[in-house]
Amino acid sequence: MDYLNGITLILNYIFIPGLTYGSQLALGALGITIVYSVLRFSNFAHGEFMSFGAMSSILLSWLFMSFEINIHPLPTAIMVLPIAVLLTITYCLIVDRLVFKFYRQQNSKSVINLIVSIGVMFFTGGLIRFIVGPGDRNFFDGERFFLKARTFKNITGLNEGLTLKTTQGVTILLSVFLVIVLFWFLNKTKTGKSMRAYSDNKELALLSGINPEKVVLITWIITGILACVAGTLYGLDKSYKPFTYLHLVLPIFSAAIVGGVGNPIGAIIGGFVIAFSELIITFAYKKIFFYFLPAYLVPEGLLQILSTDYKIAISFVILVIVLLIKPTGIYKGKIL
Amino acid sequence: MKKTLVSLMLSMFLVFPTYADNVKIGIILGFTGPIESLAPVMAKSAEMAINEVNKSGNFTHGKINTVRADSTCVDAAAAQAAAERLITAEKVNAIMGADCSGVTTAVLKNVAMPNGIVMISPSATSPALSTEPDNGLFFRTAPSDARQGEVIADLLMEKGFKTAALSHTNNDYGKGLAASIQKNFTSKGGKITITASHEDGKADYSAEVAALAQAGGDILIVAGYLDQGGKGIIQASLDADAFNKFFLPDGMIGDALPKAIGPDLNGSIGSVPGTDSPGAAQYSELAKKAGFKSGPYGPESYDAAALIMLAMEKSKSTKSNVFKKSIMDVANAPGEKIFPGELGKALKLIKSGKDIDYVGATALELVGSGESSGSFAEILIDNQKTKRVGYR
Repeated sequence: MDYLNGITLILNYIFIPGLTYGSQLALGALGITIVYSVLRFSNFAHGEFMSFGAMSSILLSWLFMSFEINIHPLPTAIMVLPIAVLLTITYCLIVDRLVFKFYRQQNSKSVINLIVSIGVMFFTGGLIRFIVGPGDRNFFDGERFFLKARTFKNITGLNEGLTLKTTQGVTILLSVFLVIVLFWFLNKTKTGKSMRAYSDNKELALLSGINPEKVVLITWIITGILACVAGTLYGLDKSYKPFTYLHLVLPIFSAAIVGGVGNPIGAIIGGFVIAFSELIITFAYKKIFFYFLPAYLVPEGLLQILSTDYKIAISFVILVIVLLIKPTGIYKGKIL
Repeated sequence: MKKTLVSLMLSMFLVFPTYADNVKIGIILGFTGPIESLAPVMAKSAEMAINEVNKSGNFTHGKINTVRADSTCVDAAAAQAAAERLITAEKVNAIMGADCSGVTTAVLKNVAMPNGIVMISPSATSPALSTEPDNGLFFRTAPSDARQGEVIADLLMEKGFKTAALSHTNNDYGKGLAASIQKNFTSKGGKITITASHEDGKADYSAEVAALAQAGGDILIVAGYLDQGGKGIIQASLDADAFNKFFLPDGMIGDALPKAIGPDLNGSIGSVPGTDSPGAAQYSELAKKAGFKSGPYGPESYDAAALIMLAMEKSKSTKSNVFKKSIMDVANAPGEKIFPGELGKALKLIKSGKDIDYVGATALELVGSGESSGSFAEILIDNQKTKRVGYR
């Protein structure tokens, strides 16, 4: 019984939150990786694209809520996601036409593109705050929990509860679905293959008749989809505040780099590595030892490796360690 | 061209004679930032006291004007710039503010002291401010958190909570209050299982809550802000079923919180400066007449503004360095007791040479270097509303 309690504790506080946060990071890191491998620059504006996607979902959710059109028990935001995705794609394409296209035609170095993307990041952030304001925006509706702690306790008779929030379940399912579709697209379709060819060797791809503008277009469409879904899921599960998406760029970049920049599988692995290490290192293990060890061995302290204040630092420490030991990242990057 | 400009400027001085007699009071509060939902009521309360004096016509130094400025509650640089503007550009005679402890300390140290301007804060509660050197310029109508810590420890003990986890916002206010709660609760035989800080303005507090949950405890004390991390901590605790009872100190009290969290918060308790003296009710009545609902730190703001004006009258001067000496005098006994709505009468009494004892909306009694001795209201969240259920 004690072991079961201990396992429930780990599931409730580490596994499920880690899986959710990891999925959100993985989707974000995928977006960065795809832009990096096809367009050859680090897109710092990706966090704000996610924020833009989340904002579109929020505005649309409010619109549909006011007409009382919903898909109870799921949040309305999931229903309006396709329209929000379209808006985000449109925004990405407009930015590309107005900004990135110019530098692409100039054949600018990737560092110039990177700085341009920082400019786009600030502009987008400002635009978003102009539209929805800087404050907290709550757009969650529907049933809050798939599984409530109290229900779980009643069913199993355990001391520890297990909760599964609706948003956590939706995040995990939607991420898995999106990743499967993405990999199918990249590996099985002709357009996907031409994208991979373009990212592998641009000159050769151009010689074999691949239309570069089409590849760029598809890249932004994929980026828009990933950004909007990741942003909306993050906002639904945690809370939406434009400012927090600026901070989100950092763990997402570490995820992409840890996994191996430019490698989609690496981005997913990187997302989970970052998410789980943030949770595992800042968790206090007192209770788990209490369940797994005999009473006389249980220590007095909290058994917390690092205070939660240092959560954000962990992704950087991992980044530094990975870059020192394996500079290419866990998976060798730069090829789709 | 130069000549025209000079003559133009000169003529401006002729057209607009300087109102040397007019008095200006600066109101510097966090209209944006973590307590933005509280600041408007606080400012309106202070302005209500000033309007009352203006209407009475008994103020020797003429009409009193007010200027508002934004302290942001958290950004010391912005608050200092705002205070600097009040003093140098607006030429205020005194400042009602600032609000949060960190910015108040910064404004006091770097702006009010060098310029010799009196500051009366309605809500800065950090114990550190009691010993901050102030040249006799700083006062507060809110009690120090050292006192609130005592009250919180008593309340928890009485309600039968023997162990508690403590999460505080990572600033002067949070740290000061947490230290005071911990000291008092431990000395009364309780046990704080963990003291962990949280940063404001983050999207996700589940890692913080995971650590708190492992330490356990009968109740979670959240010494934070209701519009910020405090709300996030409570939401995440409820989501993970880590705690279901919360203690809410003054920064967490406001109707916005139970509204945002929902029925799960019912049954949680809290404390906020307040009193059952008739002054509080009279203040609420005045506020209703002025067209707003009284809120946390509204009474303190009313009293802070009132003290400034009464001291000016008493010392027959609008100069900070002169009237600062009269503030303790008008606030404390002996003298005729003055309640909200009686400011006109108080001014008349002072003019006729009589002593007054300003009781105001908070049963004000200044102790030590000029801070409220502090009475607290006990809060119960019931039916998604904050209710005052007792006083101590």
